[in-house]
Amino acid sequence: MADNHTHTEHLDSETGKLGMWIFLFTELFLFGGLFLVYAIFRAKYSADFHTAAGELNAFVGTMNTVFLLVSSMTAAMALTAIQKGDRRLTIFLLLITILLAALFMVNKYFEWSHKFEYGIWPGSPVLKNMSHGELLFFGLYYMMTGLHALHVMIGMILLSINVVKVKTGAVNSERFLMLENSALYWHLVDLIWIFLFPLLYLIT
Amino acid sequence: MNHEEKHISSYQSLVIVLVILLFLTTISVLVTGFHLGALTVAVALVIASVKVFIVLTQFMHLKFENRFLRLAVAGVFVLFALVTVITFIDYFFR
Repeated sequence: MADNHTHTEHLDSETGKLGMWIFLFTELFLFGGLFLVYAIFRAKYSADFHTAAGELNAFVGTMNTVFLLVSSMTAAMALTAIQKGDRRLTIFLLLITILLAALFMVNKYFEWSHKFEYGIWPGSPVLKNMSHGELLFFGLYYMMTGLHALHVMIGMILLSINVVKVKTGAVNSERFLMLENSALYWHLVDLIWIFLFPLLYLIT
Repeated sequence: MNHEEKHISSYQSLVIVLVILLFLTTISVLVTGFHLGALTVAVALVIASVKVFIVLTQFMHLKFENRFLRLAVAGVFVLFALVTVITFIDYFFR
């Protein structure tokens, strides 16, 4: 066996990417489970969900959708830039992506603060006096947007690590698997929001 | 290992994809303002599905990936659809 050992570095980016996709599948089912719970309770308490969803600000939701869509494009562009060997542009595009993610989080902060002002937070006395369906809606709202926001923050960290790696040259036009996988993660964050947005903010 | 030429998405094509996605978002927001009742949910979900398909194929590059990966992704979505249908049947007919 030892005879077969070679010292040439072998980077199988196809396998690395497949691994990332398999992880993304588990992520889809993580959120998918919540979507399913939402769908069932929405069908059961449609009137309550209608009232509760009306409390959400569709404008803020739309703004966040635009932030995430644009950031998804800049992430995809960063991959194009590194493949073409343009490091400066890659870093610039990654920073724009991180900035848009930060704007998303700022928006989310104000959105949640606004809810808190009305006394709506998980387990709050105001919420306890609401109907069963409304309670479920806000529970799901905080769970789903909270879990999504956590993913946005992880995405920001991943993208920041990529900025450093591109700067040091560890990620370059020859090996960019990490950037590619981080971009895939970022697109997943966008993809989940594409479903969250109409379900929570639009359908009232 | 990798004999085939790697596809690199052009900046221009990515901008076009974004414009289409923003256009679909606008339609989605406008349509829900019309109060079409039960149809609103259907329209919103159809538009969201189209957007997700575009993100998967263009931004996530699936259009240019091998057949195995494309089938795997499609399979996961079919599996989720099945789980949804079975859960609904169980919940409402037991």
